[in-house]
Amino acid sequence: MSTSSHHWGMAVDLDRCTGCGACVIACQAENNVPTVGEEEVKRGRVMHWIRIERYYEGEFPNPQIKFRPVLCQQCDNAPCEPVCPTYASYHTAEGLNGQVYNRCIGTRYCGNACPYSVRTFNFFNPRWDKPLHLQLNPDVSVRQVGVMEKCTFCVQRIKAAEIQAETEGRSLRDGEPAPACVASCPPRALVFGDLNDPNSEVSRLARSPRGGKLLEELGTRPKITYLQRGSWDGENR
Amino acid sequence: MAKTAEEIQRDLLRPVLKTSWRFVLVVAGLGICVLAGFSAWMYQATNGIGVAGINRPVFWGFYITNFVFWIGISHAGTLISAILRLSNATWRRPITRCAEVITVFALMIGAMFPIVHLGRPWLAFWLVPYPSERGLWPNYRSPLLWDFFAINTYLIGSVSFLFLPIIPDCALLRDRSSGWRRRLYSGLCLGWRGTQKQWQQLETAMHIMAIVIIPVAVSVHSIVSWDFAMTPVPMWHSTIFAPYFVAGAIFSGIAALIVAMVLLRSFLHLEEYLTAQCFDNLGKLLLVMSLLWFYFVFAERLTTWYGNAKPEMAVLWLTQRGPFRQLFWVMLCCNFVIPFPLLAIKKLRTIPGTFIASVTIIAGMWIERYLIIVPSLSHKFLPYTWGSYRPTWVEITITSVTFCAMALLFIVFSKIVPVVSVWELKAGLPPGSRPAGASDRDGQLEPVQILGAPS
Repeated sequence: MSTSSHHWGMAVDLDRCTGCGACVIACQAENNVPTVGEEEVKRGRVMHWIRIERYYEGEFPNPQIKFRPVLCQQCDNAPCEPVCPTYASYHTAEGLNGQVYNRCIGTRYCGNACPYSVRTFNFFNPRWDKPLHLQLNPDVSVRQVGVMEKCTFCVQRIKAAEIQAETEGRSLRDGEPAPACVASCPPRALVFGDLNDPNSEVSRLARSPRGGKLLEELGTRPKITYLQRGSWDGENR
Repeated sequence: MAKTAEEIQRDLLRPVLKTSWRFVLVVAGLGICVLAGFSAWMYQATNGIGVAGINRPVFWGFYITNFVFWIGISHAGTLISAILRLSNATWRRPITRCAEVITVFALMIGAMFPIVHLGRPWLAFWLVPYPSERGLWPNYRSPLLWDFFAINTYLIGSVSFLFLPIIPDCALLRDRSSGWRRRLYSGLCLGWRGTQKQWQQLETAMHIMAIVIIPVAVSVHSIVSWDFAMTPVPMWHSTIFAPYFVAGAIFSGIAALIVAMVLLRSFLHLEEYLTAQCFDNLGKLLLVMSLLWFYFVFAERLTTWYGNAKPEMAVLWLTQRGPFRQLFWVMLCCNFVIPFPLLAIKKLRTIPGTFIASVTIIAGMWIERYLIIVPSLSHKFLPYTWGSYRPTWVEITITSVTFCAMALLFIVFSKIVPVVSVWELKAGLPPGSRPAGASDRDGQLEPVQILGAPS
């Protein structure tokens, strides 16, 4: 099965995002992301693979709040990949920034190199408060202490959809593999699909005049398009 | 120097052959400290790297600071020893070995930290390129791998560079000791007999090593700087980093050398060998490096400020006005404001003067590395991810223990090999002051042959 014909990407419509956080919870449940506890969160060790950034604008009585879901941008020119001495972070045939947990020795170099700070690190062995340990996803490996991890675009769902389509002898439909965050987004602010297919919804949105990339000026060539009314320079960064 | 060859030999071998109870006490004390540090590391390895204060986004903290700091200290040996040997500066004779020892031990301590800081230190050997069952070679694009090769090359090179001039002294000791020491020195001196041919070969080998080790040393700290400069992190991604790091490394290395020499001088009563002239000359070198360091800091910050890029300015202001400003000014005082007058004014460039300047410089250069690493990581591009860093007791313990480890290694070494090279000092004597007819048994050259050794 040739899979390299796909080039997975995402579009995030900031005008639709309500900041509800459903994507964060869905991701945590789907990907066996550990809950580190209050003390560790205070120390800056929260492990969410996707986060809702909140930015405040304006003064009372007209304060504004802006939400921006930030996950791994799956850069085509990813700073995290070349710095890893053991090829734990590498580029997959489908253009994803893969992370091979077994190869990771925990230099955390990739985490420093990532301008989006979306890589999270297992500072301790993972624990789940009961009864959360009963809901671990069998499709996703549990990571051990000292290992870097990050958003995979729910690669297990992509693979499952590809296998399903192959057994049914058809090609993938647009929107068929949906990462947990996308599937759970109530206002449908997140759209996932194949950027190689010019007719997919995500390709269409990527061409939108509302679209822009996060920290595009760094030359990372991210695969996530953020859609927003107004200009993309200055205050949105 | 009014000393005769016999006196030199007696004075310099005394600390090696005679052991006082104070030595045992100091070694035991330092040994306990080192054990404590080792336990702290074991505690971290069993419980997880999370017992250190690092977090997201500050993934590197004290350990990488120590790494850069100690690799920097290791540049003492190369510059002083290799350059002074090549330029045939006679005042180098009493200090070269001390410098070379610092290089080797500082490098060993520094090279330990990338392993200490790993999330899974038991897999550190995966950096070694060997045909493994994983069917995977290491990633040659990673600056960490360049580090691995550079540090190993430097370690092998500096151990050879240290070892070569030790051979004749080991032969001397072989002939003056018995029991395990005799067996040890017989092995170490590699069958040295002090023939003319052996002297020529030694001189050639030392000359080659002195030339080879200089580019290796420069490459090592350049590559250490590229660990940072190769990543798109504000204030790291800069072309000035490699020369800036090399200059800083030599700067802190000379300071470390002066501190070690002052301590040796008083503990081992080497006042007549490590003379005020040595410190005066080293003080001048240190002054040059202090000015160079200040110039680099100024150039780096001026360029950043003038460029006025938002992410870089966030980091710059963090160290100028933000929570790191006190540390910044302490660093500037330690590295420039205090040492500059002490080293520039001839009256102050005494042994205590250079010692004080060196101690502040060592502290200042540690802070400098900390200020390079932590502020940049804590304020990367997206303000939502900004964080801070506070070390825990584990990091503080391991950091302070490294200084004990350095002292311990140094003291134990000085008990095995004379820290001031006996044969080089003898070779530096004016011809008239040498005793006639030293015995062949010494494994030592006859006076005429010492002259023949072009040192």
